[in-house]
Amino acid sequence: MELNGAQALLKALEANGVDVIFGYPGGSVLPIYDALLDSPIHHILVRCEQGAAHAASGYARASGRPGVCLATSGPGATNLVTGIANAYMDSIPMVAITGQVPSSMVGTDAFQEVDITGITMPIIKHSYLVQDVTEIPRVVQEAFHLASTGRPGPVLIDIPKDVQQTKLTWDGLPEIDIKGYKPTFKGHPAQIKNAVHMIEASERPVILVGGGIVNPQAPAELMELARKAQIPVTTTLMAVGAFPETDDLSLGLIGMHGTAYANLAVSNADLLIGIGVRFGDRATGNTARFAKNAKIIHIDIDPAEIGKNTEIDLPIVGDAGTVLAEINRLVGEHRHDAWMEQIATWKRERPLKYRTDRLTVQYVLEEMGDLTRDRAIVATDVGQHQMWAAQHYKFLRPGQLVTSAGLGCMGFGLPAANGVQVARPDDLVILVTGDGSIQMQMQELGTARQENLPLKIVLFNNNALGMVRQLQHFYCDKRFSGVKLSFNPDFIALAKAYGIQTYQIHSKEETKAVLEEAFAHPGIVLVEVLVDENEIVYPSVLGNKGLDETLVYE
Amino acid sequence: MRHTLSVTVENKPGILTRVAGLFARRGYNIESLVVAETENPQISRMTIVVDGDGRIIEQVSKQLHKLINVLKIQDITHEEAVHRELILLRVNADATNRTEILQVAEVFRARIVDMSRASVTIEATGDTSKIEAILTTFRPYGIKEFARTGRLSMMRGK
Repeated sequence: MELNGAQALLKALEANGVDVIFGYPGGSVLPIYDALLDSPIHHILVRCEQGAAHAASGYARASGRPGVCLATSGPGATNLVTGIANAYMDSIPMVAITGQVPSSMVGTDAFQEVDITGITMPIIKHSYLVQDVTEIPRVVQEAFHLASTGRPGPVLIDIPKDVQQTKLTWDGLPEIDIKGYKPTFKGHPAQIKNAVHMIEASERPVILVGGGIVNPQAPAELMELARKAQIPVTTTLMAVGAFPETDDLSLGLIGMHGTAYANLAVSNADLLIGIGVRFGDRATGNTARFAKNAKIIHIDIDPAEIGKNTEIDLPIVGDAGTVLAEINRLVGEHRHDAWMEQIATWKRERPLKYRTDRLTVQYVLEEMGDLTRDRAIVATDVGQHQMWAAQHYKFLRPGQLVTSAGLGCMGFGLPAANGVQVARPDDLVILVTGDGSIQMQMQELGTARQENLPLKIVLFNNNALGMVRQLQHFYCDKRFSGVKLSFNPDFIALAKAYGIQTYQIHSKEETKAVLEEAFAHPGIVLVEVLVDENEIVYPSVLGNKGLDETLVYE
Repeated sequence: MRHTLSVTVENKPGILTRVAGLFARRGYNIESLVVAETENPQISRMTIVVDGDGRIIEQVSKQLHKLINVLKIQDITHEEAVHRELILLRVNADATNRTEILQVAEVFRARIVDMSRASVTIEATGDTSKIEAILTTFRPYGIKEFARTGRLSMMRGK
C-alpha cells in the first residue's frame, strides 16, 4: 500500500491505540490535516497550542495512555513548550508532533522555523527529527514505547513538511528494538529481602508515595502493605488519592503545605519507605532536617532519582507495583499500636483547620468533597486553591486529582480538564481554578463548548494572585507587588457569552445547594465563588525550614 | 577529583548536543570531551573527563544512562587503561636557541611539524601529565600559541 508520510503517521498512531489528537493547524502540518479528514482519529481543535499540550496531559493522566498533541512549526511548536515541560516534570506519557519547514529550508531561518528539537532537549524524554519518510513507522513505534514505559515522559516527533508529502510503501510496523533503553522493572531480590527485614524491625514506619504509584496494580499493593504491616501513608501532590484519604492509615499530603501530622510522622519515623517519589524540595522541606531519625528505603524505576536529593539507606530500582508485590509476598503481619496512637494524637491536636466565620475556599472544597467524593475527577490550576483542594477534598482513588505538580504551571487546569473529560466522557469532571489561573488559558472554554464537554468549573475569585501574595506576606514583609487583579472581567457574563450555565456563591449557607444544582446540570457550568484575598494556606513550611517546623492555623 | 568516562553512543544526529546539554543544565563540569566514530560507524565513543566527587560522578553516569542514544558508560578512572592527548604548540625559536628546542622536543619524543624564521611548531602525544610537562618546559622559551585535544582513553587488553 502506498501512503504519504502524513498518512503513514496517522496509520501508525492509530495502530498505537490513538483515537484522539489535540491540535492546531498551520502551514507546516497541512498534509497531516488533510490526512486527518480520512482518518478515524478524532481531532480536537484547541484555541492555543499550549492548550493542546495540557489537554493531552490531562487525557494521559485520566486514561493511563499517552496523550497526543499536534502543532505546526515555529510558534505552534513553541506554544507547546510549556505543556511539554509540565509533562516532563510530572512524568506524564505524551507524544507531541510538530510540523517543520521543508528539509531544504531547515537552517535558513525560514518563515515559522524554530529548532524545536533543540529548544525542548532539556524537557523531553526523547525527540526525533524525521529526515526520511521511511523512518516514520519506526519512530512512532519507538515514541509510544518510550513515552509510556519505564519512567514515562513526553516524546517529540518533528516532521518536515516535505517528509509528510513523500510517498512510502506501507508494510506494517516494525518490532521495537531500542538498544540504549532497557528499564528495570523487577527489584533486586536481595534488596527486597533487606527491605522486608527493615520493615519488620521498624517501630515507627511511614510510607511516602509519589507519582510512580499511579500505575495499574501499584495502589492495590500499597494498600496491602499498609494494612498488613500497619504502616501509615503520606503522599506527594502527584499521588494524592493513591491511598484513600478517609482511611485511618492515611496521613494526607506531605510537605510545604502538607498536614502537620504527616510532616511530624516523617520527622519522627524510624523508617521511611519512599515509593515512586523523587524527594522534591516541596515534599521534603530542608533536606538536612528531612526524616533525620529514619532509615530510608527508596523504590523507584529511575535509578537517577536514587540518592539525587536525599541520602538513601536501601535503594530498590524497579516498578512500584512489581516491587511492592514482592515485598508483600515476604512481609509478615505487624502492629505498631504505640506509633498509631502517637499519630492519632497529632491528628487530634494539629488538624487541618481554617477560619469558619466566613466563606472560604477550604469550606467549599470540603462541601464539594462530601457531595462528590467517589464519583468526580478533580482537575486544578495552580496556586492556593490547588493546595486547598489537595488538603480538603479528601480523595479516594489514584488519579482522582489531576494537577500540575512539578512545574506548578498556571493555566494547566482548564485545558487539562478538557483532556480528562474527553478521556472519561461519562464521569463527573470538576475544574477547581482561580481568577488568576483561568485567565492564562481562558480561551479553552471555546474548545470545551465545541466538543460539548460537560465540565463543572468552580472558579474561586479573590481578585488577586493568592499564592504569590502569600509568599510576599511571609518573605517580603507584606509588601504586595503585582498581585492585585484590580480589573477582572465579569466571569458570569463571560461564561454566558460562551453559552455556559452560570452560578455564584456568596455565602457558606448557600454553598451546598448551589453546588448540588450545578453538578446535577447535564451540560457545562461555571460556579463563581467570591472569596477574600486575605487568606493564607496552612499548614505551611517556610523557606529553609524542616518538616518538623510546620506552621498550622491557630 | 577528575574522572574519565568512556561512553559509547549511537551515532544519531544531536547526540553531542544531548550529552553536552545535559552537563550544562545540571551544572557538571566537563574538563574535556572527545568524540569520534568507532570501528562500527553506527557507534561513536565519547571520552569525557569530568571533575567532581563520587556522588556527582554517580549522578552524571545515571543521567547519561537516561539519554536514549547512550549505550554504555564506563568510569575508567581506576581501571587499567591507556590515556592519550595530543598537543600542537608553536614556540619562539631563533638561531640562538633552535637547536636546544629541538633537543628538548627529542626528549619528549615530540615531532617538529613546522618551522619558520622565528618559531617552531611541535606535535606531541602523551597522557595528561606528559602534556603538562611539555607545556611547563617550553614556557620559558615563549609559547606563541597552542592547541590540545581532550583525553582519549581505551581499556587495556585483558
